[in-house]
Amino acid sequence: MNTPSAVSLVVEDGVAILTFDLPGESVNKFSPAVIEAFTAVLAHIDADPAVQAAVLISGKPGTFIAGADIDQFLTFTSADDAAKASAFGHAMFDRIESGRVPVVVAVDGACLGGGLEFSLACAYRIAADSPKTVFALPEVKLGLIPGAGGTQRLPHRVGLTAALDMILTGKNVRAKKALQLGLVDEMVHPGILRATAIARARALAAGTIPRRRDTRRRSIGSRLLEDTPVGRAIVLSQARKTALAKSGGHYPALPAAIDAVHAAYRDRAAGFATEARLFGALAMSPVCRELMFLFYATTLLKKEPGLPAGATALPVTRLGVLGTGFMGAGIAAVSAQQGLAVRFKDTAWDRVGQGIKAVRDVLNEGLKRRHITRVQFADQMSLVSGTVDYTGFGRLPLVIEAVFEDLAVKHKVVQEVEAVLPPTAVLATNTSTIPIARIAEASARPERVVGMHFFSPVHKMPLLEVIVTPQTLPDVAATAVEVGKKLGKTVIVVQDAPGFYVNRILAPYIAEAGRLLDDGVSIEALDRAMRGFGFPVGPITLIDEVGLDVATKSGGIMSAAFPERILASAALEKVAASGRLGRKGKQGFYAYDARGKRTGVDASVYALFRAGDARTNLSAETIVDRLALAMVNEAVRCLEDGIIRSARDGDIGAVFGIGFRRSVGDRSATSTPSGPRRWCGVSKRSPPRTAAVRIRPRPSFAGWRPRARRSIPRPASRSDRRELCSAPSCSISPASRGSSASSGTTGSPSASPHAS
Amino acid sequence: MTLSTPGRRVAIIDGVRTPFAKAGTALKGFGAIELGKLAVAELVHRTDLDPASVDLLAFGTVIPSVLAPNIAREIALMPLLPKGVQAWSVSRACASANQAITDAADQIALGHAEVAIAGGAESLSNVPILHSRGFSDALVAASRAKSTGQRLAALAAIRPRDLVPVTPAIAEPTTGETMGQSAEKMAKLNGITREAQDALALASHLHAAAGIADGRIGAELVPVLPADGRGAPLTADNGVRSDTTAAQLAKLKPVFDRRYGTVTAGNASPLTDGGAAVLLMREDAAKAAGFRPKAYIRSYAYAALDPGEQLLQAPVLAAPLALQRAGLTLADMDLVEMHEAFAAQVLSNLAGFESQAWAERAGETKPLGAVDRAKLNVLGGSIAIGHPFGATGARVTTTLVNELVRRGGRYGLMTVCAAGGLGFSMVVEAA
Repeated sequence: MNTPSAVSLVVEDGVAILTFDLPGESVNKFSPAVIEAFTAVLAHIDADPAVQAAVLISGKPGTFIAGADIDQFLTFTSADDAAKASAFGHAMFDRIESGRVPVVVAVDGACLGGGLEFSLACAYRIAADSPKTVFALPEVKLGLIPGAGGTQRLPHRVGLTAALDMILTGKNVRAKKALQLGLVDEMVHPGILRATAIARARALAAGTIPRRRDTRRRSIGSRLLEDTPVGRAIVLSQARKTALAKSGGHYPALPAAIDAVHAAYRDRAAGFATEARLFGALAMSPVCRELMFLFYATTLLKKEPGLPAGATALPVTRLGVLGTGFMGAGIAAVSAQQGLAVRFKDTAWDRVGQGIKAVRDVLNEGLKRRHITRVQFADQMSLVSGTVDYTGFGRLPLVIEAVFEDLAVKHKVVQEVEAVLPPTAVLATNTSTIPIARIAEASARPERVVGMHFFSPVHKMPLLEVIVTPQTLPDVAATAVEVGKKLGKTVIVVQDAPGFYVNRILAPYIAEAGRLLDDGVSIEALDRAMRGFGFPVGPITLIDEVGLDVATKSGGIMSAAFPERILASAALEKVAASGRLGRKGKQGFYAYDARGKRTGVDASVYALFRAGDARTNLSAETIVDRLALAMVNEAVRCLEDGIIRSARDGDIGAVFGIGFRRSVGDRSATSTPSGPRRWCGVSKRSPPRTAAVRIRPRPSFAGWRPRARRSIPRPASRSDRRELCSAPSCSISPASRGSSASSGTTGSPSASPHAS
Repeated sequence: MTLSTPGRRVAIIDGVRTPFAKAGTALKGFGAIELGKLAVAELVHRTDLDPASVDLLAFGTVIPSVLAPNIAREIALMPLLPKGVQAWSVSRACASANQAITDAADQIALGHAEVAIAGGAESLSNVPILHSRGFSDALVAASRAKSTGQRLAALAAIRPRDLVPVTPAIAEPTTGETMGQSAEKMAKLNGITREAQDALALASHLHAAAGIADGRIGAELVPVLPADGRGAPLTADNGVRSDTTAAQLAKLKPVFDRRYGTVTAGNASPLTDGGAAVLLMREDAAKAAGFRPKAYIRSYAYAALDPGEQLLQAPVLAAPLALQRAGLTLADMDLVEMHEAFAAQVLSNLAGFESQAWAERAGETKPLGAVDRAKLNVLGGSIAIGHPFGATGARVTTTLVNELVRRGGRYGLMTVCAAGGLGFSMVVEAA
């Protein structure tokens, strides 16, 4: 019995209708097997004189082709190997483009990556007028460039500027915009997509529609820019500048994509070869490996967030938010964006008013960027309903408290709201510094209390820490995780402890930054060094953005919790005490003008540090070592203490919570080639200068062996996947995690991975 | 099926309204639909109602939006409510919200619905301004033109006088009398003095001010945050003057009859923006779902008379009918709420309740009797609070029910006069 093929063929009156329906998968992808099937079918119809034209349609409603199967990319053994795969794709698509049989592609749903590249090689493209129909070349998001001719064909179809925009951002282009750009030739109602495609196929076969057409309406300005070499040079140069500025040079895929697109305007064969070569080089690059690792990690995390088997989330279609401050408003806004009704409470109407204004500002961004229409904006706003009492809480399944960060206030609020909530409700707290167990002390149902720690600003920061105590019920944790996912967040489940995970690993980092300032290192040097390492902003900027009051308060709490190793920087506290709050107070380490724009370092702050105005020059490498090691060290500690259940979760927490670019459990060689081994080397080389410097790499690093560059094994089996995503080369045995890892409340790693 | 089937009566669960604001002030950034949505959303939240249980939504408005005439459906389509809530809009002038409420009650009594939201809204700050006939004709002709020349010719036919817009006037189509002029006429016909009117207006303001001060009125409101997000929320009706005095009212000049008139801006209700809604449930369904009714609709009646006669006197015909249907008398009423379109109108109605002639016209043998002034409009009335045409009926219902419950009373009577010579009356029974 044959397994069903991915591509089935039916010939109707001279038109071959190919239906792509990958068995056993929810989306259609190009894997080597699929490509084989396609090659066979295409050869078949090419040889059949009865076939005059062909239509490709997806057998999966609402999704067309999601791109290449990424698992394949992991099998490349060298840049050449990868380049060959790209060239193979070129050859196949070339055959479609210039073959005897013109192919019409009927797109209903997501048409991404290789799927879009396939469409570009076809003779005619029709899009279904449906919100699910999107076109994109998202390869840059994985550190790659389109490798099947996208950089070569797209510019000629939609023009240089639009092509660069799509390729460099990986953005989704909806059907209507695709039509305007000329990316597709027609847009029709999904109900008549197939029939229209067949009719166009016949027309192509009969010659009433020419195979080569240029459907774009172009202005004189765009013609000047895009049709002349000089104009193009300007556009490309501008693109290079913008890419460099935005990426800080950390994403080789961007300049490579621009080079490939540039090559599209020269010799055709050379252009395709350039794409293949650049694709190959990128596929083996460390950045690509890391981004793919992150992609796998987040995908697996979504399926398996760290909850015990059988944990069932309560259905949540509406929720309450207590506290209409910055965080509460952010939570209310993202909830409304996802269609959840929010009962939004504070103690007085003017505070509620400010909160709703903050919600409006967030939702308005979507309106200004044309992501939502005016009607959708009004609908979202209408979902947030303010109150100054507990009316409207009587039947809510979930309440998130985001009130003032004070235990007494939180206790009061917990008791007040529990008096009106149904007994099955989940009470979540957004606290960032108070242990969940302490807050739960005031609760009549502490097993239904859970932490949902959002990051600021809520609508932009992708991470959510769901914090569980030994008492938290699995269903309660599951509810928090599900709601987090519904709000579009990447969710990690974290054990209740001071700082949870992200703030805890941030504390020694910030404290060390304070000590470096005491040592006389300049503010610019610190920020520049860490940005060079890959953080989106340097530590001093981060402190200013978060606010010195928040940073020092948090630092104080962390020092109190871990006095033997996290020593808060006294100098930082001095800075905060001097009235410098950071951006929010218009004065911090940096100075800000009246409108809040940064105007440069406030040199007077140096006086508060031990070194005063004397500057010490440390190499960026040293700065990175001290700061990053401080953070990484604490992260490994969190893993050992069972705060996070796997290095994968730690990587995701660090990347999505703070923007850490190099992963803790880094599988591949990083741009500091020896990776964690180097941390050990650092400590051997430079013993701590003062007693305050407490950087000693965790013993677990000693046994670390970074994986060879080339072999990230395909996660073919579930156990392989776990291996990929846990930390096997740390000499950490399950036993060393000790009693802090509670059984049954989160998926604590155990010797038998599937026991929980 | 009647309103009094035991166990299946129409229960009033709760009512919510926006603060009322004089036209052109705090609520001018909101249209009637938005004001309605604000009231309905808060009603759903405040009662912990499961939105999925709502069967229908009826809403009244007097001046509908030209772009969205079915205000009820636009409100029902808010994301908080499921798309399956069927909805319709009604218009009975100042009794429009009452019409919506009794329509909803009828559906419940018929067994067509168990949970209904009914109310009304009006935005007199945002009144549609129409083009003159001449201008409209020219525009339509231009849009049908087949050539530029024809188009230009159509537009060239516009005369300067065509550019004068048509503003809705609050005048009766058949008589040409504005409501104010009708009120003047009623004052003269019924011998209502200027002093009596001012005294009633003063009571309206002082009672409303007291109700605001002690929070009774605030309990029914949902504060409205400004449309652009800037500024303080509106938390109270902004027309109520706690510092009004008889002397100040006496100083005002009559508006509708300069020479002999008694109706002034001070003893008439102002043009106002606002929205209000009530939640109705069938008694057994309410109790099964854990809701506690505040009151039941015992009976209601509509009546009509020739608008040219006494435009706003129809409550005098409606009230006896409602009481008779309830099997009760005026003396049984613990509270009375009368919509104050004009003080002259209220006082004319009160005189009519005591008149034998009006009683006989209503088909009664004897008059209803005098209304105990201590039980009348105890939290103020439309003169002070404001009168958004479509919303007032729901406001009066909510206030009557809440105050009745507060006082431990048993029965409440309400009347609403309406343009067109229409009148409404309802008897509620505390739960």
